[in-house]
Amino acid sequence: MSRYILKRILICIPTLVAITFIIFTIMSYTPGDVTRMILGQEATPEAMKELAHQMGLDKPFFVRYANYMVHLLQGDMGVSYRSGQSVFLEIIHRFPITLKLAFGSMCIAIAVGLLLGILAAVKQYSILDFFGTALAMLLASVPYFWLGLMMILLFSLKLGLLPSMGSNTWVHFILPSITVCVGSTAAILRLTRTTMLETIRQDYIRTARAKGQTEGKIIFKHALKNALLPVITVIGIEFGSLLGGAVVVESVFSLNGVGSLLLQAIRLKDTPQVTGCAVFLAFFFMMIMLAVDILYAYIDPRIKARYQNS
Amino acid sequence: MSKAVVAPARKYKRKSRFKEIWRRMKKNKLSMVGLCVFALFVAMIIFADLIVPYRIALEQNVWEQFAPPSVEHLLGMDQYGRDIFARVIHGSRNSLLMGIAAVFVGMIIGGTLASLAGYYGGKVDMVIMRISDTIFCIPFMLMGLSIVAALGPGLINVLIAITITAIPNYVRIIRSAILTIVGNDFIEAGRACGASDIFIILKHVAPNAVGPIIVQATMQVGTMIIFSTAFSYLGLGIQPPAPEWGAMLAEGKSYMLSAPHMIIAPGMSIVLVALSLNLLGDGLRDALDPKLKD
Repeated sequence: MSRYILKRILICIPTLVAITFIIFTIMSYTPGDVTRMILGQEATPEAMKELAHQMGLDKPFFVRYANYMVHLLQGDMGVSYRSGQSVFLEIIHRFPITLKLAFGSMCIAIAVGLLLGILAAVKQYSILDFFGTALAMLLASVPYFWLGLMMILLFSLKLGLLPSMGSNTWVHFILPSITVCVGSTAAILRLTRTTMLETIRQDYIRTARAKGQTEGKIIFKHALKNALLPVITVIGIEFGSLLGGAVVVESVFSLNGVGSLLLQAIRLKDTPQVTGCAVFLAFFFMMIMLAVDILYAYIDPRIKARYQNS
Repeated sequence: MSKAVVAPARKYKRKSRFKEIWRRMKKNKLSMVGLCVFALFVAMIIFADLIVPYRIALEQNVWEQFAPPSVEHLLGMDQYGRDIFARVIHGSRNSLLMGIAAVFVGMIIGGTLASLAGYYGGKVDMVIMRISDTIFCIPFMLMGLSIVAALGPGLINVLIAITITAIPNYVRIIRSAILTIVGNDFIEAGRACGASDIFIILKHVAPNAVGPIIVQATMQVGTMIIFSTAFSYLGLGIQPPAPEWGAMLAEGKSYMLSAPHMIIAPGMSIVLVALSLNLLGDGLRDALDPKLKD
């Protein structure tokens, strides 16, 4: 088992290097002279050259990338051009908000998606099934930022039930979390329904029924356990889209998370900040995927068996 | 000498594949609704200038700021007194064409890479799939935002960003569709006849792999429209005063309590287009699935 986990962690390393390389390469093509941006329009060419030398901008691309990686491994993502503060500290400071938002919406997506998916499959062709599939179709078609606006309009401005901005209590996260989770809920619901439908047609389910097992035990103990495997992978992947969605939704609900930091940095052309945020979120997503892979090994006895034999 | 009796050649009527798919599609009422709604939007793009002249979408009318929907202005007016109906109609050109263009270009590039990977296998396959898997590891919106950050805001830059970001997904889908074909005997037979690789890919592999790809493409257009409007909503897409659904939502956000009609119309347009494409894609999947053939 530990060999499997070690293998997964080792696979992560080249992927992480590749991800940082891709983001660093894209960002290094940002047009505009950084030194002029820092020193202002009146800067002399000599001063600009001096600053470029100090910042290491006159070095070749690969040297700059290597420098970045060395600093990154020490938790140093550079200094923001605009605020002059450490990029890493600023991200860490804002990360809890994004994390709460992502986890909150993940919980809703899993709860609603799994439950409705199971119900739709168990009661195939019933009104529940129709409702479930229709809901999944609708949720997949709604632009989440628009849904967020409409919910602010209804629940905050018209009814005054829930706050539309701020992040002090968990109540502040209700609307943003529902907004972010729509796409993932649809994906989880559809996949759960399909895999459940396949599973309950298997022979071992028929055997369980023939043995006189209760319906609840058949669904939750025999069918769900097997149907869940592909769903877990998709939950991991969906976490990425939740993180991406959080970037947009943070701006809808004026939340000060990593997403709004990233957007602000993009508008101000603050390259180290943009690179830092992107690398940080991608890194976090990788860690989630790694966790899902490890969880998978615990749930799927086939993986366990393979590593115990060898 | 008796005359040889020649039996009249029986005519074998070959049913065209398209007709067969169309027949099965017609049975699915919801997907036909989707097709009709989408056709309406396509007609809106083509005939936008005939429905409302473009200048009306930009014309500012100070006296009618925030006017609610009325007979003269079907969807009301925005904060500059511009007709929202005209802006939604002309905005469809930017929003919808973005989605279609992103999927079209992405599918061509992704399809080429996937055919190379799927057909040749080995090292070519490994290199292409490793690169696309790595890009796939970066969340979609994050990758798109990074590219827009590097290129700067603008409609074309957003198009480039979402196209590049979506390519790995297309490579995966198309490659798996191709892999199910490549192992077949008729591909081997084609090779034995001395057909060139390009000929086999275009003539034998592509037509057989096209079903699932069309289904994915249809649904992806809806997703891409949502993504491109998200970029415009964030102010990174098309620049004002050009009409675009996402940008209209961003403008209406500040006034949504007093003038909710400003965000309802563009938002509903996005939902309708995406929903129609999803319904259509669903129907196409069922119609193209040979397992469901009756």
